[in-house]
Amino acid sequence: MNVIAARLRQIRRYPSAIFGLVIISLLLIVAVATPIFIPYGEAVRLWRGGEDMWAESPRNAWPIWYNWFRSEKLPATIVFDSADGDGETTLENLSADTREARFIYEFDFPYDDFPPEMILFSKAEFDEKQPHVEMTWFTPDGREIRAGEFSPGPSDSFRFAQDSRLQRRLERSTGIDDILVEEGMFDDPEQEGLQVLKGTYRLEVSALLFEEKSNVDVTFVSYGLVHGIAGTDHRRRDLTIALLWGTPIAMAFGLIAALGTTVTTMSIAAIGVWFGGWIDAFIQRLTEVNNIIPLLPILIMVGTFYSRSIWLMLGLVVVFSIFGLAIKNYRAIFLQVRELPYIDAARAYGANDMRIIFRYLIPRILPLIIPQIVTLVPGFVFIEASLAVLGLGDPILPTWGKIIQDANSQGALFNGFYYWILEPAVLLMLAGLGFAMVGFALDRIFNPKLREL
Amino acid sequence: MSQESFPIDVNAESSIQSSSSKARSQAITRLLRYSALRLVALFFTIVVGVYVTVLIANMGGHVDDIRRGAIRENVVLAASLDPEFRQLPDEQRTAIIQERVAIQERRFGLDQPFIIRSFVYLRNALTLDLGFSEGLSSDSGSRLVKNIILERLPSTLVLFGTANLILFFVSLFLGLSLSRRYGSFFDKLVLAMAPTSAAPGWFYGLFLILIFAGLLQVLPFGGMVSAPPPDNPLEYGLSLMRHMVLPVSATLISAIFITIYNWRTFFLIYSSEDYVEMAKAKGLPDRMIERRYILRPTLPNIVTSFALLLITLWTGAIILETVFNWPGIGQLYFRAIGIFDTPVILANTVVYAYLLGVTVFLLDFIYALVDPRVRVGEGSQGR
Repeated sequence: MNVIAARLRQIRRYPSAIFGLVIISLLLIVAVATPIFIPYGEAVRLWRGGEDMWAESPRNAWPIWYNWFRSEKLPATIVFDSADGDGETTLENLSADTREARFIYEFDFPYDDFPPEMILFSKAEFDEKQPHVEMTWFTPDGREIRAGEFSPGPSDSFRFAQDSRLQRRLERSTGIDDILVEEGMFDDPEQEGLQVLKGTYRLEVSALLFEEKSNVDVTFVSYGLVHGIAGTDHRRRDLTIALLWGTPIAMAFGLIAALGTTVTTMSIAAIGVWFGGWIDAFIQRLTEVNNIIPLLPILIMVGTFYSRSIWLMLGLVVVFSIFGLAIKNYRAIFLQVRELPYIDAARAYGANDMRIIFRYLIPRILPLIIPQIVTLVPGFVFIEASLAVLGLGDPILPTWGKIIQDANSQGALFNGFYYWILEPAVLLMLAGLGFAMVGFALDRIFNPKLREL
Repeated sequence: MSQESFPIDVNAESSIQSSSSKARSQAITRLLRYSALRLVALFFTIVVGVYVTVLIANMGGHVDDIRRGAIRENVVLAASLDPEFRQLPDEQRTAIIQERVAIQERRFGLDQPFIIRSFVYLRNALTLDLGFSEGLSSDSGSRLVKNIILERLPSTLVLFGTANLILFFVSLFLGLSLSRRYGSFFDKLVLAMAPTSAAPGWFYGLFLILIFAGLLQVLPFGGMVSAPPPDNPLEYGLSLMRHMVLPVSATLISAIFITIYNWRTFFLIYSSEDYVEMAKAKGLPDRMIERRYILRPTLPNIVTSFALLLITLWTGAIILETVFNWPGIGQLYFRAIGIFDTPVILANTVVYAYLLGVTVFLLDFIYALVDPRVRVGEGSQGR
């Protein structure tokens, strides 16, 4: 073991391996921290909770840091929720049973593009008479635009874009035909064409309550074109959660599969070589048959017919990879090791078969399998991603591959939502590169024949 | 001068020449016998592999369903063509169909135990006789699984044949030239780039599409030819090549660095063998040393390692074709998964087993051609 530790220390001589180690450590830290800070249940709720969960996020928004690289800033999401005490709220008694609740939301709009969507969500409590809501829009240049009215049900939403009277008013005020409501509300009428008027905007919401116990809460959302650290997908979900949770899954899948496969393969090769005869021949034939069985198609078949659980897939990957071509390499090495004098010595003192296999044969080639394990990890990480890209990812857990699949099926590349594919792809790439770099260095350290080259 | 001092050599050479035709025919016989043995062995492995596939598929009764569906479809079709049958009332018609289906099911052995049925299924799977697809149809409108798959096989073979041939020759050539220039800038570059091969082709495909189709808009996003397909064969070929650039590059990027690296290392190890040093000492030209003393003895190993590479590339093809919308069997597979088309999924798995088998056989054959041990008769029991 000391020999192995000493060899491992040589890794310092390989800068690429250091880089790889840093990447692996970062990924492992994320992999450990994510389940602690966002427990499994919470992650599933955030990722599969339903429309309400994501209502206040925009669709297909770029990550927020995209603005750092642009001269024209894209709008961020602006949310005012009266239930959370955002904005100014006043309540006034107009008559015996009529009250007026006023919500004033004032915000700065320093961006160069228009928001894609604006919605006023409302939650109202009443017995019979619905409250009535009126909105007024104040632009930085002092214009006042009536921005629609509606009588909200218990849980309702008002989409500015669907108000045709507001749209006509904005056409008159900006002088542009067929202007979109969101564009009209932020357009600068003094300038030719569409141009955002930067400055402080104000939305005043006045709600008339006709019952004593009646109450109303409103949430105003001006959706952004950038949102969150990682952007959002076509269902308004924040990608951060999937990217974070994809890390432990990818790491666990890759490491367990690599470790399980290598150790089992090695043990089987050792047993075959030691006992020889029909056991060895059987293992050899099994390996040949297994080479003809296409792994990915079998996984696909099982995924479509039975279950898509990631753990079942992991088990199958390990089972089918055990009798891979590595078994032939190990066999060749064990055949040499078997003839060494210390094995004869072990036999002479009366060690039984299992003792010789597990205490004498296998430890001898342990140094060889360390690079092997590390080099195998990326392959398995990509198998998991491949399955997810084919739509056979785990049905519940969010993974990197599933983001790519979502993005691909929504034509992300064609529609220009590059972040959607690039983020999981870069993470996959980092994981793959990190392990591959370390694996290469280890291979050179533990394979003296390569080291000389 | 050496010939003068060893006149025996001349005699020996002429005697070799006289017996060379006999030796050649012997070598050919051995080669054929070796190939035939490998073919039998591989066919047997394919049979076992397909049998495993059938077993996995039928654990949920999926193959049974395919068979029942095919029988019902045939019975209904035959009955609907009968004018007398059409005039019968509804209930009677269903009853007759039920009865006929039952007879047919018995005829095809669906009432027999699974162990017997499984061998029938094995035969059907091996001959791709898997009846009708459930939702997909071929471009010519056929719903026979065999037609659907055979129609798409050429596109897959064109794409991966091209990619693999380029990969083989380019990496062989570059590997050899790098082993000569060991330690140079390019050598170090390949060494540094080798870890990038951890990612499969489809993964690089995404990036290539993003850059060349999305941002630069110089190459198509996917597909095999432009729509509508050009009538002129020349234009058709050009369009095909334009569409092939990105998928082929994606395959190459994902595999080329590691392949060059492996072969370079391999050649380096072999070029330090004693007999190579000996050849150098004799003052033979570099080219000759490379061809006769390094490349020649390593060819069997090169072929073997290439076989392994091909196997991984084949399975990666499913997703690569999906990403590039290439109308091959990989994309067919993807669609079949999407609509749970059991017969097509099963048939595709079998086709992949065949493809792997054929690949391994071809490489075994080349192996036999280049491995002197097979011709001389030593290694006839295989690798």
